[in-house]
Amino acid sequence: MLTRRIIPCLDTRDGRVVKGVRFQGLRDAGSPVELAARYEREGADEIVILDVVATDRGRDHALETVRAVREVLSIPLTVGGGVREVRDAERLLEAGADKVGVNSAASDDPALLERLAHTFGVQCVVLAIDAATTADGWRVFKRSGSEGTGRDAVEWAIEGTRRGAGEILLTSIDRDGTRSGYDLALLSAVCHAVGVPVVASGGARSVEDLIAAVEAGADAVLAASMFHDGDTTVALVKQAMQQHGLEIRQ
Amino acid sequence: MTSEIVVVRTGSANLASVLAALRRLGALPRLSNNADEVRQADRLVLPGVGSFGAASTNLRHAGLADALTDRVRSGAPFLAICLGLQLLAEGSDESPEASGLGIVPGQATRLPDTVRVPQLGWNRVTPTSGDPILEPGYAYYANSYALTTPPVGWTHATTTHGAPFVAAISRGPQLACQFHPELSGQWGHDLLARWWAAC
Repeated sequence: MLTRRIIPCLDTRDGRVVKGVRFQGLRDAGSPVELAARYEREGADEIVILDVVATDRGRDHALETVRAVREVLSIPLTVGGGVREVRDAERLLEAGADKVGVNSAASDDPALLERLAHTFGVQCVVLAIDAATTADGWRVFKRSGSEGTGRDAVEWAIEGTRRGAGEILLTSIDRDGTRSGYDLALLSAVCHAVGVPVVASGGARSVEDLIAAVEAGADAVLAASMFHDGDTTVALVKQAMQQHGLEIRQ
Repeated sequence: MTSEIVVVRTGSANLASVLAALRRLGALPRLSNNADEVRQADRLVLPGVGSFGAASTNLRHAGLADALTDRVRSGAPFLAICLGLQLLAEGSDESPEASGLGIVPGQATRLPDTVRVPQLGWNRVTPTSGDPILEPGYAYYANSYALTTPPVGWTHATTTHGAPFVAAISRGPQLACQFHPELSGQWGHDLLARWWAAC
């Protein structure tokens, strides 16, 4: 039986891991190579790197980071940030990514998902959706949450999947970095709407939050602050989830 | 045997991960799409990420289909990964117009729609009989299609995602995995090391 994945997320900028609250106030959280290697040793099922600066110089740093992490990492690596065209995804894959995350560019140009899936296969294409609660329901935001797209989050997940996304990385902007738990209603709505795997992101504080996300339908749970700050470890989290009766790789 | 290992340049694959895993074995992998090298290399790896039709067309355009078929039929050291395993079959529901190498009988079929597809994540590998290379454990899979019938003359391992399917087949120094050994942590590293030692 397919196990539920625990995915530490490394938000990187200029070759360092950073972390903010609701995408703001970034602070240094360590070296991506050291953190990725440590998380693999602790039992992480996958690593996600999201590069938060998509300038030309930042992009070169991101490629160096991916290359360096790949050398030490023998579990899957998903990389997002600054992917605007097939060529950008290709560079990340050549550097050592196994899957590529696309966010703002897919909002601007949904056919990008089709081009990526056609070139690399759907299992390589992760649609990252940053969603926030508004008066009109869950809406999709782009450019690190700074700009609205007018899209409904659930409808965008359905359209993105139809166009070629093989996985949805669903982040609640309201909960990101706040350690107040995942937005379970949003998660459940998206999980019911699509047939591809859904990764829950934004707000994890404790193993109870991770378990709640899996019970809401998530195939994988992503967390950053909770692991970087040393509150807990991947190993402890996996042990607790297994004791709860969830299928976990030990 | 030398430590020579050639990785078939299949276009859009996660080649960097495969190369990094082989380097961690102590190997010095080389990329090639030369038919003579595909026939003669001491060890050959056929990686695979992408669509069945595109990969099958690329292999034929590069003149590699016959070389690969000869090599696998000869029993020479060989490792196929993910789509690389499916390409050994006759065809795939993914690209009905394309034909595979036809080295093993059968057709890759789509995983059932009762579960999430693509299958992305860690699932079991359960060998069905004693095999010197395949051992039970968890491996990382990234697939929407799979073979359901193991070929005669190979030992095999199975797993289940909605329905049972072939996780890997093995025959002497030849191993073909539906999962990604290069992404399967220490278990995957150990599997590759056993394959390497069997070559």
